[in-house]
Amino acid sequence: MNLVKYLVVGILFGIVLTKTEAVSWYRIYEMFHFQSFHMYGIIGTAIATGLVGIQVIKRKKLNDIDGMPIEILDKEKGNARYWIGGILFGLGWALVGACPGPIFILLGAGFYNVTFVLLGAVLGTFLYGLIKDRLPH
Amino acid sequence: MEILSQTWHWSISGFLIGVVMLLLLYFGKTFGMSSNLRSLCAMTGIGKKVSFFDWDWKSQRWNLVVVAGAMIGGLIAVQFLHDASKVSINPKTIEQLSLMGIDEPNGKLVPSSIFENLSPKMIFILIVGGILIGFGSRYAGGCTSGHAISGLSNLQIPSLKAVVGFFIGGLIMAHFLLPLIF
Repeated sequence: MNLVKYLVVGILFGIVLTKTEAVSWYRIYEMFHFQSFHMYGIIGTAIATGLVGIQVIKRKKLNDIDGMPIEILDKEKGNARYWIGGILFGLGWALVGACPGPIFILLGAGFYNVTFVLLGAVLGTFLYGLIKDRLPH
Repeated sequence: MEILSQTWHWSISGFLIGVVMLLLLYFGKTFGMSSNLRSLCAMTGIGKKVSFFDWDWKSQRWNLVVVAGAMIGGLIAVQFLHDASKVSINPKTIEQLSLMGIDEPNGKLVPSSIFENLSPKMIFILIVGGILIGFGSRYAGGCTSGHAISGLSNLQIPSLKAVVGFFIGGLIMAHFLLPLIF
């Protein structure tokens, strides 16, 4: 398995998110206070780019790098998991100003206190696994 | 170099994030960062006790490599492409933050009052925030990358519900809870 290409994509992702300040606590706060278009512009453009790309993939039935048809799975149907899980995630996102990608990027950039956020996030993931079957999905 | 070192315009970075997602599709994978948290749990061998983590995390090694790359990318951006005058947020935002005792950016990506503060209260806040992120993203089956970018660009209704949820939670935190916490 050639892992180098994933490393390169990851490096691109890390540089882009840092240089556009999407990893910044300030930018997330500003976004949730509707005081700047910046984050909405980033997310909107990313979705628009993805939308066009995915339509091209589906219509031209493109293959992946190994020659297999590119399959994009639909998300499972449900309500409670998306609403409740989403709201809990949003509370955490606005509190520490970082979602999972930026948590790792900030750590790499040398903000070591983010280690506490990562610890919490791993713990939260573990807690979910522990009580998953008792939650509405 | 100046073009690289200043704040990248949202249209350029948004486009590149879309490209990252499409590249991973081309590699036969999907873009989603929070799955790595599940891998980190599974790596400890806890799958023997908790079935949710009894999965083949080794098949997700590629995603951990993406994460390693992202960390290197963050390091490169801060060490070699950094212009200390940036993160020019709205002056109104700075004023609001100062009322909560949070320092202005002044070239920093994150506030020192939160991320360079080792008081028990702040460590507790960071851990609680992390728990909400980890629990919420796994419950919702994805985070900003998996739902907001991957899901919405594939017109998935479940992802729309999750993203609206992200914003409901974020708005409650930013408007009502943060002023109480800080």
